[in-house]
Amino acid sequence: MSTTEQPLRGLLTRDPSVVAAGAGIFGDALRQQAVPVTDVEWRPPMDGTSEALARVLADPRLTEANAEALRRITAAEAELVRIAPASEVLGLQRGEFLHSGPPLTWERASGPMRGALLGAMLFEGLASTAEEAEQKLAGPDISLAPCHSRGAVGPMAGVISPSMWVFELRDPVHGNVSHCSLNEGLGKVLRYGAYSEEVITRLEWMRDVLGPVLAGAVERHGPVDIRAYLPQMLQMGDEGHNRNRSATLMFLRDLLPHIVAQGDRDPADIAEVCRFVGANDHFALNLVMPACKLAMAAAKDIPGSSVVVTMARNGTDFGIQLAGTGDEWFTAPANTPEGLFLGSYGPEDANPDIGDSAITETAGMGGFVMAAAPAIVRLVGGNVDFALTTTRTMYEITLGEHPSLQVPILEFRGAPIAIDATAVARTGVLPQINTGMAGRVAGTGQVGAGLVTPPAEVFVDALRSLADRVPTRD
Amino acid sequence: MTDSVEIRRGVYHDSVTLMQVSQQVRTAPGVHEALIGMGTELNLGLMREVGFQVPDEAGPNDLVIALRGEDEAALAAGQDKLVAVLAELHERSRATGSTTEVAPRTIGSAARRAPGGIALISTPGQYAVLDALDAVNAGLSVMLFSDNVPLADEVALKDAAAAKDVLVMGPDCGTAVVGGAALGFANVVRPGRIGLVAASGTGAQQVMALLDLAGEGISHCLGLGGRDLSSDVGGRSARQALRALAADESTAHVVIVSKPAAEEVVTELEQLAAELGVPVSWATLGRGLPDLTAAVEQTLTAVGAQAPTWPSWVPVEPRPSSAAAGGRSLRGLYCGGTLADEAMILAEEALGPISSNIPLRGAPQVSGHDTLTGHVVIDFGDDELTQGRAHPMIDPSLRLERIRQQGEDPTCGVLLLDLVLGHGAHQDPAGELAEAVSAARTAATGRGGHLPVVVALVGTEADPQGLQECARMLSTAGAHVFTSNAQAVRAALSHLGTPAPADPSTTTPTQHETGRTDR
Repeated sequence: MSTTEQPLRGLLTRDPSVVAAGAGIFGDALRQQAVPVTDVEWRPPMDGTSEALARVLADPRLTEANAEALRRITAAEAELVRIAPASEVLGLQRGEFLHSGPPLTWERASGPMRGALLGAMLFEGLASTAEEAEQKLAGPDISLAPCHSRGAVGPMAGVISPSMWVFELRDPVHGNVSHCSLNEGLGKVLRYGAYSEEVITRLEWMRDVLGPVLAGAVERHGPVDIRAYLPQMLQMGDEGHNRNRSATLMFLRDLLPHIVAQGDRDPADIAEVCRFVGANDHFALNLVMPACKLAMAAAKDIPGSSVVVTMARNGTDFGIQLAGTGDEWFTAPANTPEGLFLGSYGPEDANPDIGDSAITETAGMGGFVMAAAPAIVRLVGGNVDFALTTTRTMYEITLGEHPSLQVPILEFRGAPIAIDATAVARTGVLPQINTGMAGRVAGTGQVGAGLVTPPAEVFVDALRSLADRVPTRD
Repeated sequence: MTDSVEIRRGVYHDSVTLMQVSQQVRTAPGVHEALIGMGTELNLGLMREVGFQVPDEAGPNDLVIALRGEDEAALAAGQDKLVAVLAELHERSRATGSTTEVAPRTIGSAARRAPGGIALISTPGQYAVLDALDAVNAGLSVMLFSDNVPLADEVALKDAAAAKDVLVMGPDCGTAVVGGAALGFANVVRPGRIGLVAASGTGAQQVMALLDLAGEGISHCLGLGGRDLSSDVGGRSARQALRALAADESTAHVVIVSKPAAEEVVTELEQLAAELGVPVSWATLGRGLPDLTAAVEQTLTAVGAQAPTWPSWVPVEPRPSSAAAGGRSLRGLYCGGTLADEAMILAEEALGPISSNIPLRGAPQVSGHDTLTGHVVIDFGDDELTQGRAHPMIDPSLRLERIRQQGEDPTCGVLLLDLVLGHGAHQDPAGELAEAVSAARTAATGRGGHLPVVVALVGTEADPQGLQECARMLSTAGAHVFTSNAQAVRAALSHLGTPAPADPSTTTPTQHETGRTDR
């Protein structure tokens, strides 16, 4: 606690300034006296949160716990240390699959999630037809677990199977490790629920060529500082969720000499790897996501903290986790994104929100820094004014500003970082998420991209659980 | 007569704004009722009470618009008026800031933008503690105007504040002056050497205004909320306030103003003041204790100043025999709770128990909605009469109606009123009050009677409404106007022909006998 020379932090010696919440007449009366007044645009808290909020806000641990969470999140670093099969680095066994979002059963899985799991079964050789795969997935021999349960993250369906190669990132400050699959590109791809032969063939090439070539390059390069890409992305007009063009090219620039220097490789393979990475504007999403996951992992398990450390969706449910509530998930039916559609697809074709990629928003990227990426607003159906307002609004539900993730157009103000569940409940302002849209029907692939928010209920439940953990007063 | 009830989702305005909107919509031609409020249980109850059919799905985050008019055309006129009033509000909010600027949504957020200072909180009581905790966690001192905050929350809040070295003034704190800034209801007083610690809003205003009239100034007035000096709260904020004023270079003397306080808390504060070496005088209401005016006079003596003759405006008029007047009962209609308390303490010595909606111990409790019989003092600022409407210092309509009624009542022997000026209060309170006083007196004359009216006018010349001008309007309407509430009460008693009680300021001033909690 700070000690001040003057009692009451100098209340009686300082020139008065007032923050006013509630009836407008009192603020007006102060303005008439030439006292500086900041009016709060007050709203009643979310229904059903008052009691939990009162307990959480009165928890004497709260302020310091949240300050500690903010310190750890902003101090976290992220280095790409190796690329290897999931069976090796995640210990994933045959018949085990990871998926995005909170825990899920086959029965409750949405179309795109089913499509991705079917594709993974075919890819792993666990079934030779989709029908057979479906039967087995409904049976007892296949096990599903959230990526987050292993410290991993996966975009959209987020399915990781043992033979898929994954990035391994490490936070040298806090010692955490995180994993993410390699990005397949756009269109008919597994993560959007497509599982045609074309999809499986690409996955096989990624397993046999892309993975090993990139792994060799990383080995030659040594740890790649992924964390350093993030501030640069914001300066180059990317927000790290729906737009990853700059980081993809930075990554390729850093690894290129080490890719081509692998003389024992077929030059055609080398060329195809370079073409594939360079042509896929989203390739770096799968590096940004685990980097963001490491930042949030640093804040896990801080008793009393109301910081949101996970936001993730499995296509059926939206789930969050708080720093102060351990591994407990708080879930509710996922909303369906609104935005723009590819080709002749329309809103009726879109599946509810899916993917672990909201980890970018959780860590202050994506929708939270939309102001830094005005080029994105058309893709997600907004305008520049909207992007600026969105980022400014996110400061209302976050604890602080990231010292190095800066938004140039806001005079290099730090990104809004560390979502405070109490602020969400008190303001009713929900985190803004930029996202892709998967087709509702298994096998469709991507149908569009847009904007979505979490269902409010997850914050209500999370706060109640956090309130239950507040030690009772003597 | 026809009704309409409309629910609008996703629209929020604060309750005071909506009460003002309701008032304006009521002025539309043919509109008889306009209840426009957020769909809180309280507001929905009020709407149902007057017969509106409110759908069950209305919730606290919905704006509910209930209109009653003579016919469809009247309802349409009400709707038009509402649209116009809301549009004006919208224009006013748009006038601040560019399109992408975002106003702070929480006190914590506002504090991050401009650190330091005070949070002035007047959000609905059931949420106010959340905002206050947010402010305390952000390192701000709090002026908590909201009422209906549970006692346990107040204690927890004040403990949290002490741990962070910030002050919680309130809940239910109506008045504070910090570093010259008047928060809530407060008079414009000259800066000076006397600090106030006040567990009483209008009591503090009376003390401040009298000190100002005596030429003395205020360093700070730290409000505490009416419960701070109770046994339950134990003077938590008072101790912090006293320490801060003791350390404040501009404060030479402290006056502790309070409604009836717990004996052990008073003793503790006296000991603390002695330890801190800060001279303290008490303006604490209670039977047998000095009235506020007497306490101010003692304070003036203590700082080596002289008490003036407190200004009053008494019209010269022939005094009819009390037999002709007929009425024998005292009717006190107050906006200030502490001033009402003071009136009852002084009046019961002469008249015996005074009925009230906030009765002293041993006196009958009546509802402020009842027809008044016998000696009665009503506090229009009490929760019972502010449900669903603003404080009578902002919205005086309920009291004005009651004042007019007294003119018709032959049992009313004298009408005793207060009028508190200052920031936050109604902009033209004297004009409306003078009109009601005039009407009541005319009605009394009309029925062959006579109605003396006495007003305690609490304010200063620097107040936005102006002391002299308000006094002139009231005395023109025939009221006897006093700047001291105690003097006003004595004048009212003399109109009843009863001996005024002795001025207790001649008795030992600092003695606090037990049983001072008079309610």
